[in-house]
Amino acid sequence: MTTLHERGDAVAASEAPVAPVARTPRKIRRLTPDDWTSLAGALLASFALVTLIYEHLLNLSGVLGYLVCWYAAFVVVYATVLRMANSRKVVIERLVTVTLYLAAFIVVGALLSTVVYTFAQGFHAYIHLNFFTHDMTGVSPTAPLSQGGILHAIVGTVIEVAIAVIASVPLGIGTAVYLSEVGGRWSQSVRTVVEAMTALPEILAGLFVYVVLIVYVGMPKTGLAVSLAMAVTMVPIIARASEVALRVVPNGLREASEALGATHWRTVYKVVLPSARAGLATATILAVARGIGETAVPLITSGASSFLNFNPVTNPMNSLPLYIYTSYTTHEPSAVTRAFGAASVLLAMVVVLFVVTRFLSRDKGAPR
Amino acid sequence: MSTSTPETLEPRQSRESRQLDPGFERSDRIFHKASTLIGLSTLVLTGAIGVFLGEQSIPTLSHYGLAFFTGTRWQPEIDKIGIASVLVGTAEVAFVAVCVAFPLAIMFALFISDFAPRRIKSSLISAIDLMAAVPSIIYGLWGFFLLQPKAMDLSRWLSQHFGWFFLFHVDTDPNAAVWQQSRYTSSVFIVGLAVSMMAIPLACAVMRSVFDLTPLGEREAAMALGATRWGVVRTVVLPFAKGGIIGGTMLALGRALGETAAVLVIISPAYGINFHFLEAGGQTVSALIAGNFGNATKAQLSALLTAGFVLFLITLAVNYGAAIVIRRSRSGAATEI
Repeated sequence: MTTLHERGDAVAASEAPVAPVARTPRKIRRLTPDDWTSLAGALLASFALVTLIYEHLLNLSGVLGYLVCWYAAFVVVYATVLRMANSRKVVIERLVTVTLYLAAFIVVGALLSTVVYTFAQGFHAYIHLNFFTHDMTGVSPTAPLSQGGILHAIVGTVIEVAIAVIASVPLGIGTAVYLSEVGGRWSQSVRTVVEAMTALPEILAGLFVYVVLIVYVGMPKTGLAVSLAMAVTMVPIIARASEVALRVVPNGLREASEALGATHWRTVYKVVLPSARAGLATATILAVARGIGETAVPLITSGASSFLNFNPVTNPMNSLPLYIYTSYTTHEPSAVTRAFGAASVLLAMVVVLFVVTRFLSRDKGAPR
Repeated sequence: MSTSTPETLEPRQSRESRQLDPGFERSDRIFHKASTLIGLSTLVLTGAIGVFLGEQSIPTLSHYGLAFFTGTRWQPEIDKIGIASVLVGTAEVAFVAVCVAFPLAIMFALFISDFAPRRIKSSLISAIDLMAAVPSIIYGLWGFFLLQPKAMDLSRWLSQHFGWFFLFHVDTDPNAAVWQQSRYTSSVFIVGLAVSMMAIPLACAVMRSVFDLTPLGEREAAMALGATRWGVVRTVVLPFAKGGIIGGTMLALGRALGETAAVLVIISPAYGINFHFLEAGGQTVSALIAGNFGNATKAQLSALLTAGFVLFLITLAVNYGAAIVIRRSRSGAATEI
């Protein structure tokens, strides 16, 4: 009896640390106090260590170097702390996780710094109302910010983008319909070419339109040329994103329509395209967001005018990216502030388009 | 059918048998023709870019011959034109951009697909899409005014400690008490950093969509065998997405090769083959074209168009390769940008 009892005790004693783990399984994807404290402790320890060595002992300077050293020290300390209580696998898992978090912080931080910096630098330009209601006629780059504005660039951008949309949407969505609904011998090569064209450098579209319209046809440099070059870059983007949107329309809808006796054309026009409406709008807006920011295209196919011009077929037409670039190249402080002001307006346009896209794609549950 | 059982059928029916497949209606035939036409016109449009630029470059190529590709100077006034140094500059910028963009893009894509808390996943995807939509000229301004002062410190540090390696060499004394800042500005390195901001979202979007396509069954099988999240990524996700990773990186490379506005804003034009990344000056094909187009003579214009044609061939090859790789791979089913 006693021996049995003793043996039972011994077994219980040897299994004691394991037993509670087995009975209440740890929740995965949740940090235990141990995880928290080792993470925070490693962060603090490496911070203190690097501050001491980097700033006080080695007397180095520079924020970037400091951060790099901090991260390196953190990885070492964190790995050591984890290794005390965990297996090698867990240590690697945690180190990979903190590395990926770092990458995410870098990317998101770079994006946020771009947006915030642009709006902050342009602040002194766009708080003046005249920035939105005047053009730059007779205003020198060095003039104070209370004179002149970018109305001509905003109007130019809006007109150019509108023409580009009118030219590219039928072609883009038509191509998507061909690829997704009709198909045929050429569909594979069209798809590959469209895919390759989505990353076509904008400057080549500009050169192409320059050669065709200005060298061959003999048109002057105008807003229309800019629009057409924009359309050349927008068509593949629309085609590709629309094809994805059309592909996810359930086949049942097509079959139901055809079973009711509809022709193929009516099926596409009345059933498929309306079902994919949100996705098609998203595709168009994505392309507009791309086209609106093109700088090299207006640089080649239009001139930087300083006056308001509503007519896309006569006289050069300025646009926001071109205005930003030409103001920047003067290197005058007030012109650079104006450039940032125009960049803020451009960025705001892109963000608005972007939010609309999100809203559309969320509302209808359309695919992204 | 009508001939097999003639006695049970009306004679009239046996004579005029109904066509089971009457073909398409007239409206459908028009629709198919029209959509094929539209699809092909996109194909023609691309072809036309190549044909027109190619045609424009014939006079230049016949005038300069092979020297156009081997010359390093761009001096139309003394009739010396060559794009060798510009091509090298383009490759250098693209190299820096891809070196920065590839690790960040793949890590961010993995973070979104496997490691991020579920709540913030959709916001992170939005962030990547927004990053792709920000105009390149804004990245140029950002790179010049915000990034450059910070990156110069890094350049100096690299040249201080690794200056013996020719890539990091800068032709000035990096240890001087008052260091020559102008030697470190507007370098290929800083341009590459700014261009990587445009390459990251492109590569990341492709990679993420491919990572998300990883079959759930294989993921769960790895987890059931006791794999950690990193174990799942290493053994299932990455091998599955190899094609998407390569394709996405190639697309990013294509974007970096053709980037214009950001390069134009940051770089200070310098000709001559120079592998010192950190040193001021450099030039790319697209910035060369955009920078000299405004005040070009007729002959120079033709030379610029020829440079554009070369850029077209290079980017088309890279992008086409990317499209093929994504398509051929097992994971290429539904990649999108």
